[in-house]
Amino acid sequence: MISRQDVEHVAALARLGLSADEIDLMQGQLSRILEAVAQLRDVDTSQIGPTAQVIGLENVMREDEARAGLGRELALANAPLREGPLLRVPVILEEGR
Amino acid sequence: MAVLTRYETVIGIEVHAQLRTSSKMFCSCPTGAAAGEPDEPNTRVCPVCLGLPGTLPVINRRAVELVILTGLALECHVETDAVRFERKNYFYPDLPKGYQISQYALPLCSGGRLSVPVPSEGTEVLVDITRAHLEEDTARLQHGGRDHSLVDFNRAGVPLMEIVTEPDLRSPAQARAYGEALRDILRHIGASDGDMETGSMRIEGNVSLRPMGAADLGTKVEVKNLNSFRSLERAMEFEVARHAEALGRGEQLTQETRGWDEGKGRTVSQRSKEEANDYRYFPEPDLPPLRPAAEWVARLRAGMPELPVARRTRYRQSLGLSAYDAAVLTADVELAEYFDAVVAEGVAPKPAANWVTGEFSRLLNARAADGLRASGVALRPAGLAELIAEVESGAVSTTTAKTVLARTFHAGESPRAIIEAEELGGLSDTRAIGEAVSEVLANHPAQVAEYRSGKTQIYGFLVGQVMRHTAGRADGRLVDEELRRQLDGEQ
Ligand SMILES: [Zn+2]
Repeated sequence: MISRQDVEHVAALARLGLSADEIDLMQGQLSRILEAVAQLRDVDTSQIGPTAQVIGLENVMREDEARAGLGRELALANAPLREGPLLRVPVILEEGR
Repeated sequence: MAVLTRYETVIGIEVHAQLRTSSKMFCSCPTGAAAGEPDEPNTRVCPVCLGLPGTLPVINRRAVELVILTGLALECHVETDAVRFERKNYFYPDLPKGYQISQYALPLCSGGRLSVPVPSEGTEVLVDITRAHLEEDTARLQHGGRDHSLVDFNRAGVPLMEIVTEPDLRSPAQARAYGEALRDILRHIGASDGDMETGSMRIEGNVSLRPMGAADLGTKVEVKNLNSFRSLERAMEFEVARHAEALGRGEQLTQETRGWDEGKGRTVSQRSKEEANDYRYFPEPDLPPLRPAAEWVARLRAGMPELPVARRTRYRQSLGLSAYDAAVLTADVELAEYFDAVVAEGVAPKPAANWVTGEFSRLLNARAADGLRASGVALRPAGLAELIAEVESGAVSTTTAKTVLARTFHAGESPRAIIEAEELGGLSDTRAIGEAVSEVLANHPAQVAEYRSGKTQIYGFLVGQVMRHTAGRADGRLVDEELRRQLDGEQ
């Protein structure tokens, strides 16, 4: 079981405000997810190297050639809030970068 | 300053440099506005750099090359086995994907060093380079008001190189010297514009103090928002004094991030930073591993441009320039290249250096705000060489040459053609000068009589009249000869 503090910390990193009830709910759900993933610990991996990729490709690169992307109107078409050419977002005051 | 002798200053530097590529790190969007065009917000964006679902990043080969080149210049180990990109996770509006693709466990370059001359201390410090890695820049946030921010994604995904040193610097002056030396290298190898003012180079200084002789590091403070090398030095000086004072009072310092306030000349505490492990780094699943081929690295090493230290040595030892001229020229690789080209045209190094670092630089700096660099000046090195040759041969005065340079700097006309067309060349025709002198003497009988009666102070006045008569073009030495001959000879 992970602690309520862990849940609150993860919620803060995700910038989510959780009510006390939601923290209880998440505590249970996140614990069950972690337990499920923890089953992997039972697998013997002593003969297997660390694997971050399984597709077998490497060194996939492109040449440094610039091309026009989306126009501004298309890029901001789904933005809920705009201010002129800029996207408008709520200011973030909590701990952050 | 007695308090300072009790403590040793320990500084480490973190630099973020925008790499000089045409396209972004993981997509083909342009990194800058087209030449002469204004940079309109949110125009250089695409589904990849906006973090839209279903898109995949593809590594920009040139960006990798520039980091390898930097690593080689800094004597780093360049990883050819396995380089990994990782996701640095945090939620902030400047990060459309919710993570930044960066490098953590397996950086491209590590374990290098840079020897940095510190003229103000008369020393040279060897700075260990911890690592140089590749990552992507974030979007630019603008203050919108009390409750909102405004986002421009043009910068999101621009290739960025992070270069971190060990805490090897022992004074603010050394920190500044390191920053300048690194900038010179980045410019020489074409890795970055290295411009602090425009933000293509950003510096953070980590500073702490410890009792003299102690091995353990003191509490570290990270200082950001440094817009020039001068602010770096001032901010470090401010922190050293602040730490020394606090330690002297027996206070405990807080490990924190502080921002430099240029106007007030002090640092102020900023928001607390998330712990490193809160970034939850993990290998980027969307990018296959990178194994830079040894031959690729060897090819880059073979094509390495001349580095600033080598260039300065060459300027001083082979060309006989002063340390000052050598430093000024190598601080701007384009200026150095321009100078080299002028010398290649046959001009002696010293006058070439005087003109390039003097009048030429003055005209260049006047337009620096418009982004004018030496390579973009209309007057090419052959033209400046032509002008210097005219001065050196005595055909035109330095003053006239400066006027000609100002005229042709942005136009690129041949200085010699201007001099000939406008008859700016010096009058070295003895007969013409002789006529001018005769005329002046005939027009000023009173002054001539005065001179001949022994009041020779009037001589300067007569020289001035001849120069006026010839519109300043007469060769001074010939005027002097002719005046004396006519005044003293024909009694
Ligand atoms: Zn893009």
